[in-house]
Amino acid sequence: MPEIKVTPLGAGQDVGRSCILVSIGGKNIMLDCGMHMGYNDDRRFPDFSYITQNGRLTDFLDCVIISHFHLDHCGALPYMSEMVGYDGPIYMTHPTKAICPILLEDFRKITVDKKGETNFFTSQMIKDCMKKVIPLNLHQTVQVDDELEIKAYYAGHVLGAAMVHIKVGSESVVYTGDYNMTPDRHLGAAWIDKCRPDILISESTYATTIRDSKRCRERDFLKKVHETIERGGKVLIPVFALGRAQELCILLETFWERMNLKAPIYFSTGLTEKANHYYKLFITWTNQKIRKTFVQRNMFEFKHIKAFDRSYADNPGPMVVFATPGMLHAGQSLQIFKKWAGNEKNMVIMPGYCVQGTIGHKILNGQRKLEMEGRATLDVKLQVEYMSFSAHADAKGIMQLIRMAEPRNMLLVHGEAVKMEFLKGKIEQEFSIDCHMPANGETVTVTTNPSVPVDISLNLLKREMALGGPLPDPKKPRTMHGTLIMKENSLKLVSSEQALKELGLNEHQLRFTCRVQLQDPHSDPDTLHRIYTHLKSVLKGYTIQHLPDGTVMVESIVIKVSSSAEDTNTKVLLLSWSYQDEDLGSFLSTLLKKGLPSGLC
Amino acid sequence: MAAHLKKRVYEEFSKVVQIPHEEAPAKKLRLSKPSKSAALHIDLCKATNSTDALQYLLQFARKPVEVESVEGVVRILLEHYYKETDNSVRLKIASLLGLLSKTQGFSPDCIVDDAINTLSNEKSHQVLAQLLDTLLVIGTQLPESPAVRQRLIEMACKHLSDTYFGVRIKCLQLLGCLGMVDSPLNKDNEGLGTSIGGVRDVQSIISDYFGDQDPRVRTAAIKAMLQLHERGMKIHQIIYDQACRLLSDDYEQVRSAAVQMVWVLSQLYPESIVPIPSSNEEIRLVDDAFGKISHMVSDGSWMVRVQAAKTLGSMLQVSPHFLEQTLDKKLMSDLRRKRTAHERAKELFTSGEFSSGRKWADDAPKEKLDTNTVNLIASGACGAFVHGLEDEMFEVRIAAVEALCKLARSSPSFAEKCLDFLVDMFNDEIEEVRLQSIHVLREISMHITLREDQLDTVLAVLEDSSRDIREALHELLCYTNVSTKECIQLALLELLKNLNKYPTDRNSVWKCLKFVGSRHPTLVLPLVSELLSTHPYFDTPEPDMDDPAYIAVLVLVFNAAKSCPTMPALFSDHTFRHYAYLRDSLSHLVPPLRLPGRKQVYGLDSVDSGSGSGSVGSAQLFLQQSLNRVSTIQNLEAPGAQDLLDFTIRDLQRLGELQTELAGAADFCATYLRCQLLLVKALQEKQWNMAVPLCLKQNVTATAAAQQILEETCKLEFL
Repeated sequence: MPEIKVTPLGAGQDVGRSCILVSIGGKNIMLDCGMHMGYNDDRRFPDFSYITQNGRLTDFLDCVIISHFHLDHCGALPYMSEMVGYDGPIYMTHPTKAICPILLEDFRKITVDKKGETNFFTSQMIKDCMKKVIPLNLHQTVQVDDELEIKAYYAGHVLGAAMVHIKVGSESVVYTGDYNMTPDRHLGAAWIDKCRPDILISESTYATTIRDSKRCRERDFLKKVHETIERGGKVLIPVFALGRAQELCILLETFWERMNLKAPIYFSTGLTEKANHYYKLFITWTNQKIRKTFVQRNMFEFKHIKAFDRSYADNPGPMVVFATPGMLHAGQSLQIFKKWAGNEKNMVIMPGYCVQGTIGHKILNGQRKLEMEGRATLDVKLQVEYMSFSAHADAKGIMQLIRMAEPRNMLLVHGEAVKMEFLKGKIEQEFSIDCHMPANGETVTVTTNPSVPVDISLNLLKREMALGGPLPDPKKPRTMHGTLIMKENSLKLVSSEQALKELGLNEHQLRFTCRVQLQDPHSDPDTLHRIYTHLKSVLKGYTIQHLPDGTVMVESIVIKVSSSAEDTNTKVLLLSWSYQDEDLGSFLSTLLKKGLPSGLC
Repeated sequence: MAAHLKKRVYEEFSKVVQIPHEEAPAKKLRLSKPSKSAALHIDLCKATNSTDALQYLLQFARKPVEVESVEGVVRILLEHYYKETDNSVRLKIASLLGLLSKTQGFSPDCIVDDAINTLSNEKSHQVLAQLLDTLLVIGTQLPESPAVRQRLIEMACKHLSDTYFGVRIKCLQLLGCLGMVDSPLNKDNEGLGTSIGGVRDVQSIISDYFGDQDPRVRTAAIKAMLQLHERGMKIHQIIYDQACRLLSDDYEQVRSAAVQMVWVLSQLYPESIVPIPSSNEEIRLVDDAFGKISHMVSDGSWMVRVQAAKTLGSMLQVSPHFLEQTLDKKLMSDLRRKRTAHERAKELFTSGEFSSGRKWADDAPKEKLDTNTVNLIASGACGAFVHGLEDEMFEVRIAAVEALCKLARSSPSFAEKCLDFLVDMFNDEIEEVRLQSIHVLREISMHITLREDQLDTVLAVLEDSSRDIREALHELLCYTNVSTKECIQLALLELLKNLNKYPTDRNSVWKCLKFVGSRHPTLVLPLVSELLSTHPYFDTPEPDMDDPAYIAVLVLVFNAAKSCPTMPALFSDHTFRHYAYLRDSLSHLVPPLRLPGRKQVYGLDSVDSGSGSGSVGSAQLFLQQSLNRVSTIQNLEAPGAQDLLDFTIRDLQRLGELQTELAGAADFCATYLRCQLLLVKALQEKQWNMAVPLCLKQNVTATAAAQQILEETCKLEFL
């Protein structure tokens, strides 16, 4: 039986460092190639030595697919392609291809220039890597090679995020990347057709959460920000430069406009302007509202939101600052946090998920004293609010996607083990399909039951249609006669005559003959006539002929009568039928063995 | 005088209207005398190849055929049909037959036999489908002939097993449109060699095709069934299961039709009991259907989602706890049955084991999975409205808002619960949705009282730049109940801000405050001194009487004072003066008040109107008559209508001058009729249906007319 193997190198019962290997129909595919936010050593990249100990990866991988531009999904890409070595095709959507290098460059700068690491990929490597990228369009089927094809679906989450449908022959896998089933202020909801893949590999960040209405969350968020501003406090919103940031910007921008507020809103990094530019460009990837109104006014042209300068952090008075990165583990958001942490008037709103080990995770868990580098401790006095704005599907959304795609097996990645376990139970209960949750390096094998396509000759099909009932019923199998020809890797089902002709063979007649002894005191012709009338009464709807040469023909079955040598009362019936009429023939022989009914004249 | 006027109007009226009636039909007859059938015959005989013949037929189809010659034409067409070998020509002829049998006054029973004959000899599937379509037309033209119907239905049953989907679809349509409503259909006829014998009714035949391999046929089958329902046949309850299965079909049009089917059944058998699969629990059918349709609100296709959301709104018999489940995405415990009595005891969870995502780290799994629980509703159906209201497509959101409205109107407790959701919709990004939700809230406002924070959200919309939205909101505020005096203050403040920002809203704001005042007299009372800025000891400067904001405050206070007799004691002197002034100038906004120590000013009106003299009576009669006359206007031809309107307007204006008592009514009617007239004229120009670049120059008149109509209607609204 053919198998599909899935091995996560990262994101197996974990969040971050997404990298999943799939072997399907003899093809090896790498899905995402991310880095881990929580580590600063070798563990931050996936362990590519799993694929091969030495040498380049090109020979072992048929293609690499990147679902979206977040670093935990693409951060290790230059490392893999340039330092480990991979020259094959890399697929990503147009917005991802545009924005990904900006983020990689930013990541490189922080690691190399600020932390002074060596042996890291260079700007040139990023450029070289991006040259290998082939862009994808939504719903466009791309033929990677003769057998492997991939197709991207809209995934919500961030601009350009895609789910991929990977298909080899009749086996298929869907990888969701990160996705969002509820639309937000700037993006639509994920959608997939009923493609019934063999495996659906889904993220499960919010496996145990069912969010209430998004509108409540928006209102709460606006209210909290508004109250803090009116108190004269400062609001810090740590975000990743792209994604949630844009949604919250649109939200605050419209709120500011409506409420006529004057407090400044800042956005921290220079990178954002570049990125916002792309948001303005890729209008087709945004939601209905922005798509409809961008002609009058592009929603991403903000009026109230200005660029942040480091010196502004010490300005008196209220302000709202969006700062990167989102988990407070480094960079500007951490710096601002340190400055503002001492004042209880201030507030930090964590709009998304925080990986274990980051400061964001610590303060959300209620830690009020933090240890910083250099043994200094930091008292956290400001208010800490959490609001699940992160655009991952919640449990309900995951279930909804399963219902949409109707997979045969389910595989959970990108989540915490305990929560996965819980969702796994739910999925198995509700859909009664197998659900797997491999850890990193663990391989899941799923056997598939691929259908084998066979060409059928039209004549044969029509003939069978004419024979059978009114209409073919898709739910009931039907038997038909034909000859299967396997030639040069193709299968053909033709009628036997055509098969003989094609193969240049002579047809052999196969006839069954049998003798049936019958006690009948009449003369031979009389017996024959009696048989004739008997059969005529039993077999209605068949052509039965009494031929002048002393035989009875039922369709093509020949019946002859001769008296036995010893006893004239014992008649010997000779039945002969061809192989094609086996059913009728055997029926007749058993019928005649029972003898003729006595009441027959 | 009035009698004289009347007479003149009648003269004018009869003159204008009757002339066009006489001439029109005579002309038509003369034009069409030459025999159509002969011409067609010659044309068709001339045609050497199929393309030519098609051309002739196409040209022929463009011209109308009169009743007398229809039969002849049909004969000619049939004759050519038998001779014709080309499929496309035969197809065209078949479609022409259908077209012709629709001719008014022509009874198509004479061609039924021929059509059926051609049907049995036809080989091409496309032509077959077209012929069946023709039969459908013929059948619908002959509703009183059961024999013909019976034959047509037999034909349809016979061709149901065709391999081409188009033929099957047409057969199903035929069955749906013509299937016998009253008597069961005897299918045991000659010529039906299929294995089904005995009496089978149309429903079971149609429902066989619910499982057809072609989605188009499945859709047609459901549609046919719906058609039967529309024609008054009672659909059997067994169909319910099949329809539910079709809800998970692969094709959206099937799912969409299935939603309708399930809805129909839920309305027919709301109280029947259906079992829940894999358990021994049972629930009402309408609840089950409600759950299943809720499920469709998160369907993959937005067409289905719209359909489902709309449908939900009309399922009023559903149980309250199922209804409330639509507002919560987590499965509520009362929709889960635990099997053991022990566990039944601790069933009072408010919601399930999932966390809400509002607090950090409350998402650790709490409750272990209990395999013994039975869900009365599929968990996918939870929170249908939460999904619907935050859907990606605004069409779905609007449908959901409308459905919420319908359900909330019939259930006060649900209205209370969905209030928050509706108020949240005021912040929707699409204006139409906001507008719709404001309207909806107004409709259900008798059931609810707004809290301060809700009012806050509502009032924030007053700053919207769209006039439609603001006026809708004013209207909403007219009908809203609020709970505290702070709310009144808040509302007044925001309305004044609104007035300041958009002075054009004056009339609407005043009207709104009138209702707010009369609705909440007790809440206004403690605010009066503050509102009128009076002081117990000091005289305050007299406010400017022409300030719209001050008038707004006064309107609020006076209307509250109407049912609160203690209030006038708080007024200062100038307030009384202003009252007298406003009572005269804005009498529709300021009610008559019983003011202490003041002369009763309001007696005037009532006395006056009672002493109607004879002339007023006749004038009133005249007004009534002319209005009655105008009401027949939709039956008139355009020029006649225009003249009639012109004259009526003139009459009314004159009447207003003559009888001052009726001036208001006459003026109002005249303005209204003027709008009508403008509209008729604008429509008559036929320039609005022209290509855009062409009409740019010429549509000046239309634009001007539109502008004027808008102005006049605006006047009417606040007159």
